[in-house]
Amino acid sequence: MAGAKEIRTKIKSIKSTQKITKAMEMVAASKMRKAQERMRAARPYANKIRNVISHLSHAYTEYRSPGLVERELKRVGLIVISTDRGLCGGLNTNLFKATINAMQQWRTQGIEIDVCTVGTKAFQFFRRLKGNVVAHVSHLGDAPRFEDVLGPVKVMADAFAEGRVDAIYLVYNEFVNTMSQKPKIERLVPVTAEVKDAAPAHHWDYIYEPDPKELIELLLRRYGESVVYQALVENVACEMASRMVAMKSASDNAGTLIDELQLIYNKARQASITQELAEIVGGAAAV
Amino acid sequence: MAMTLHVDIVSAEKELFSGAAEMVTAPGEMGELGILPRHSQLLTRLKPGQVRVKLQGGEEQLFYVSGGMLEVQPSMVTILSDTAERAKDLDEAAAQSAKQRAEQVIADHRSEFEYAQAKAELAEAIAQLQTIERMRKLRKSG
Repeated sequence: MAGAKEIRTKIKSIKSTQKITKAMEMVAASKMRKAQERMRAARPYANKIRNVISHLSHAYTEYRSPGLVERELKRVGLIVISTDRGLCGGLNTNLFKATINAMQQWRTQGIEIDVCTVGTKAFQFFRRLKGNVVAHVSHLGDAPRFEDVLGPVKVMADAFAEGRVDAIYLVYNEFVNTMSQKPKIERLVPVTAEVKDAAPAHHWDYIYEPDPKELIELLLRRYGESVVYQALVENVACEMASRMVAMKSASDNAGTLIDELQLIYNKARQASITQELAEIVGGAAAV
Repeated sequence: MAMTLHVDIVSAEKELFSGAAEMVTAPGEMGELGILPRHSQLLTRLKPGQVRVKLQGGEEQLFYVSGGMLEVQPSMVTILSDTAERAKDLDEAAAQSAKQRAEQVIADHRSEFEYAQAKAELAEAIAQLQTIERMRKLRKSG
């Protein structure tokens, strides 16, 4: 019975792998539900503050914050949000591909890039790429807190305020549904109205209580923080969904592999029994 | 039909209110603000206190905010609060004990930082208690 033992051990090892992937799938599924809830909870605030900021960009404010004025791009800051752990399908790879494309476009225009990474995967990737990583946070866990994003946002916001970078982009995975996540590159600052001076009749400004500068800066900072936070929780939901799907297909693949091997094993066993029988019959006939 | 404005109240954790209203009253940093439809654009910071939303038909809803920002556009009001609660979800006992704790710290004259923090906490607790108080009155009269 040649190879039967090897096949048996192979089946055993695949079965234990399947057990692991199944467990991971289940864990990811339950974590995904919680992550989705957190994502949904964070969405209204981020969306509303986006609205307010877009109103602000249409206003003719008496204080022109640097966050509202377009500058010539010499250096951009990227905040890349990735996962800490792997085994989540092509999630990070797709994100990095999209990032690289954008970076190449900037490079050809002679624009330099500073990167701030969130999550170990992005850090490893950009270090290997010899990218200019200026800040890094990782191990934020499955339930990132609002305070966690303050550090990286501050590094970038300071660089922007001091004129070291001329724009800040945020790169993260957008949660479309469980089956699909989309890499997204979004510009945080400067915030500018898409339609410029289309309606000159709308020259209006806010009434500020008390001080325009303070209020606008506060609003912009809140905006940055809440949008980055929302991206972070969204990315966690993406990670869990993507891992769940990847682990499910891994379990399924393991299942088909086991079936195939089982078939080969059974055939080998049958063949050896037939051969034995033939030998016995042959031996009896000779006597 | 009376003119209305669209009101959104969101906190970092959830959306509390979204809908049409006749009037909104909010605790601005420089004083209480009453906002009616067609108000001029306005931007202000909020201090801890109560937000009252008068719905169409005169019904009033009460919220507590711990601070945040308020944006007014002629036809809409957005309140971005740090934390907010519906008045009926407020816990009077918790607010009362928070108030006492804060008063204790202030009375003890501890470090500058603690003093400032305790003061902020005290303001929040008092605002919560006032909101609860007002909700009680509304219930009695209504």
